[in-house]
Amino acid sequence: MKKKIAVRIVVASTAVAALTLSGCSGGDDSGEGASLTYWATNMSPTIEQDEEVLKEHLAGFTEETGIEVEYEVVPWGDYYNKILTAVSSGEGPDVLNIGNTWSVTLQETGSFMPFDDDALEAIGGGDRFVETALESAGKPDETPTFVPLYSNVYSLFYKPSMFAAAGLTEPPKTYQEFLEYGKQLTLDTDGDGAIDQWGTSVPGASVQVGSHWAFILGQQEGADWFTEDGEPQVDSEGMVTAVHTYVNQVNSIAAPSDAEITEGAGAIQDFIDGKSAMIITQSPMAQFAQFDFTDWEVAEVPVMEGGENIQSMVAGINIGVFSETDQREDSLELVKYLTSDDEQVGLNSQFSTLPVVTAAYDDPALEEADPTIPVREVILSEHSKPFPLFSATGQAETLLGTAVVTLIGQAAVSGSVSEADVSAALADVQSQLEAAG
Amino acid sequence: MTRITDAPPDAALPHAPLHEKPRPSLLAGNRLAYLLIAPAVIAELLIHIVPMLLGLWVAFTHLTQINIRNWTRAPFVGLDNFIAGLDPDGPIGSQLYTSFFRTTVYVIIVLGACWALGIASAVFLSSKVKGRAFLRTFFLIPWAMPAFVGTIAWAFMFNQRDGMVNKILVDDLGVLDERPFWLIGENSFFVLIVASIWQMWPFAFLMLLAAMQSIPGDVFEAASLDGASLWRQFRSLILPMIRPTNIVLLLVMGLFLFNQFSIPYVLFGRNSPEPARLISPLIYEHSFVNWNFGLGSAVSALLLVVLFIASLFYIHLVMPRKNDDD
Amino acid sequence: MIETRGFIWLRRVVLTVIAVFVAVPLYVIVTTAVKPLEDVRGVFTWWPSTITVEPFVDIWGTVPLLEYFRNSLIVTTLATAGSVVLAVLAAYAVSRFRFRGRRSFSLVVLSTQMFPGILFLLPLFLIFVQIQRTIGIQLNGSYAGLVITYMTFTLPVSIWMLTGYFQAIPHELEEAAMIDGTGRMGALLRVLVPVAKPGIIAVAVYCFINSWGEVLFASVLTSNQTRTLPIGLQAYASSNVVLWNELMAASIVVSLPVLIGFVAVQRHLVAGLAAGAVK
Repeated sequence: MKKKIAVRIVVASTAVAALTLSGCSGGDDSGEGASLTYWATNMSPTIEQDEEVLKEHLAGFTEETGIEVEYEVVPWGDYYNKILTAVSSGEGPDVLNIGNTWSVTLQETGSFMPFDDDALEAIGGGDRFVETALESAGKPDETPTFVPLYSNVYSLFYKPSMFAAAGLTEPPKTYQEFLEYGKQLTLDTDGDGAIDQWGTSVPGASVQVGSHWAFILGQQEGADWFTEDGEPQVDSEGMVTAVHTYVNQVNSIAAPSDAEITEGAGAIQDFIDGKSAMIITQSPMAQFAQFDFTDWEVAEVPVMEGGENIQSMVAGINIGVFSETDQREDSLELVKYLTSDDEQVGLNSQFSTLPVVTAAYDDPALEEADPTIPVREVILSEHSKPFPLFSATGQAETLLGTAVVTLIGQAAVSGSVSEADVSAALADVQSQLEAAG
Repeated sequence: MTRITDAPPDAALPHAPLHEKPRPSLLAGNRLAYLLIAPAVIAELLIHIVPMLLGLWVAFTHLTQINIRNWTRAPFVGLDNFIAGLDPDGPIGSQLYTSFFRTTVYVIIVLGACWALGIASAVFLSSKVKGRAFLRTFFLIPWAMPAFVGTIAWAFMFNQRDGMVNKILVDDLGVLDERPFWLIGENSFFVLIVASIWQMWPFAFLMLLAAMQSIPGDVFEAASLDGASLWRQFRSLILPMIRPTNIVLLLVMGLFLFNQFSIPYVLFGRNSPEPARLISPLIYEHSFVNWNFGLGSAVSALLLVVLFIASLFYIHLVMPRKNDDD
Repeated sequence: MIETRGFIWLRRVVLTVIAVFVAVPLYVIVTTAVKPLEDVRGVFTWWPSTITVEPFVDIWGTVPLLEYFRNSLIVTTLATAGSVVLAVLAAYAVSRFRFRGRRSFSLVVLSTQMFPGILFLLPLFLIFVQIQRTIGIQLNGSYAGLVITYMTFTLPVSIWMLTGYFQAIPHELEEAAMIDGTGRMGALLRVLVPVAKPGIIAVAVYCFINSWGEVLFASVLTSNQTRTLPIGLQAYASSNVVLWNELMAASIVVSLPVLIGFVAVQRHLVAGLAAGAVK
């Protein structure tokens, strides 16, 4: 008798608990009804700013098509994880942005809808896109699973006032000149014995930025990360020279404390605050505007003497459709909208990025909004290469970026890093890449 | 074990029955017992046991970001991941051994410091001192606060350029000429230790304080009447009486510290600097930064085995053989 | 202890040093939380240039802090309740019954303490995915998943503490009740639980504190809607200028529930541990 009561209590409480818990699932993640779920990357200095921009543009989309969009701006730190979570669980958004360097790796997971001829037609045709941008969207001989959305490149920004004060008139053309000018611009301006102005600022603790430069300078030295068959070869002489040059900036022309800066925006902030004279970065203009900073000019990125004229990788954002979506057509509509000529002009000028469709460059409104366009367009179409298009790229990016960050830390703490140190670090990465198969 | 009520745990002892009725039937009691532990068992199975077994299975496969979509069909690679982890010459193995050694040192230092601070505070705050109640609560704050809050404060204080520590050392006191790095480089281990001690010692304090409560006061009076010095009282009276608590405390805290993940994660982010890389963050790096899940799982499994053996050893060493189970 | 002069002097010194050690980061947190943004963008200053409560106002806008608060509150409270209930039942069984498998149960419970959390993370995630696919209950990105996870993590220590506590309470109390015909469960609820209140409170506090600040599993098992405070706080650090003052203000806000609850039950906590910890 008493036992039965006990049984009832236990069963009942467990059941109630289970029901309650499954009931409060805290929100609906599945795209039901006419609403699309869209994951966007973080393009502006703050997430809030991104949300404002998207709200405006997506309202336009809803007006035109009647399709509602529920968007989420995801910070970079988590984003890759989040995508993999969606891939492994089958539960994800309908449409999503990705960092374009992840294209091939994500293509291989098979979780994203291929843009075959029909799909490309549906979004307005594949020949509208800037060639280099489209190249970065997937493996060369396969149907791409993403299309470009925003493009970006590195360029050099410098302060005319500081240059004038140091007797320099032209921005540096070669990397060696960049280092020399950097030395001249690293000064103790207020005579208190401590250096307070540096040649440049770098986000020394950013794994992503570190990997970018391992790529760009490596390309200048003719060193590819992978062989044609996709075998890693990151410990070549060219790579060692490239990485060695890059990391030794810190503590010679960049402040040692840069080794603790984790985001590009942090380095940009130092540039704005007068702590450095030059910076090589992607698109700081929005941040400049936010702080009413006008003492700047843009120029092409300095290239290693005797090296190939590759100034940047094709950075940017691609957009794709999750293969598990049950709203394929609506998703394609959204992609079409976001890559349309008008939207490209609007979005890119608000995010200070570069349009991915050639027609947009003919629009005068673009240059009006962003005077850096002419310089950066040239870099994009003539002096940039896509990140390696292999599935192991994602991992190589992480491992190489981490090695660069560690070496920068070393430079900051002990003054400089030797070629032997760099060689050892890269050999380590090489063996880890080989081991991962 | 000295306690107020010395009631032995079970019906083995005869006690004067107040009634003539036999105790409720053992069989019926058994079924009820199983029912009572059922929810806990189910929860444990679902969250601890089954995932762990699955993790062990993953350790034998080559599971990466590429094939995670169809993880049930990930290729079986036998002992490859384990060998990679154990090979002292390979890049992964050597990293692992270094990290393991480093984590051991970390645990010894932090545990020792936490215990020392804990026992000192417990002893002093068991005596009649002004502000006793306040200090007891105050001392517990670092542990009661969410872990990341305190740790973030330490990261803020140790920032190389703007942080408080360097400001004091270089600007105010002039002890050093240059601002050293604390969050990268050699000093990062020190920062990790300091932040860990600050956050964890109150737990030791709490346990030891509770243990001190159960020591009857007259024991001390008797001891000092005999002329025993303070140190003597401490060594021969207090320590033995709190021994059971000590044993449990050291084991629980030791295990927890060995598996420490959140403090390094908040201090350093996803990539701990080499001098401070503990073993849990290293495993995390393999699994969630390099996306080599198979390897990450294999290393976790190895860690578990080591901890298990160490715990068995410890228990055997310190616990007296008992004929009744705990 | 008898208080000699040496003892008093030693006590004063040690307690002061410890108090300073504990206080310094707390001081930094509190003063930084009331500083204007300019103060925290340069070198550390001991005292704010002006004391402002703006950070406390701004934090709710920069990040959806209220939502995260709500999520954390829901998850932690449910996990604590669940853990306490399950632990009470299990501890009662272990401390009062002799059944087959009792020893293994205790040992397994104890051994889960040594599992590295990281070992579970991916498998747990994958299992939740499978459950969702087969039975349709959503565990990833829902409160349920996180609640069950936290509940289970604190369960072993809870059971352990309560078992010790229950064992210290003499059988006679329940037996007296059962003579009057209450039955085992009734005895548990009406006799044992009220007497064991300090121990139960101690367990509840332990569970709450552990779940409130958990980072690792929250980072993987939450979605945008169910994001808890520890993960949400990271957002203050991801803008171009790390908003330290807002971060510190948010930290204080986040710590308050735990601290208030803690102070309130602190007395019971020590008493509860005193009787139960020894086992």
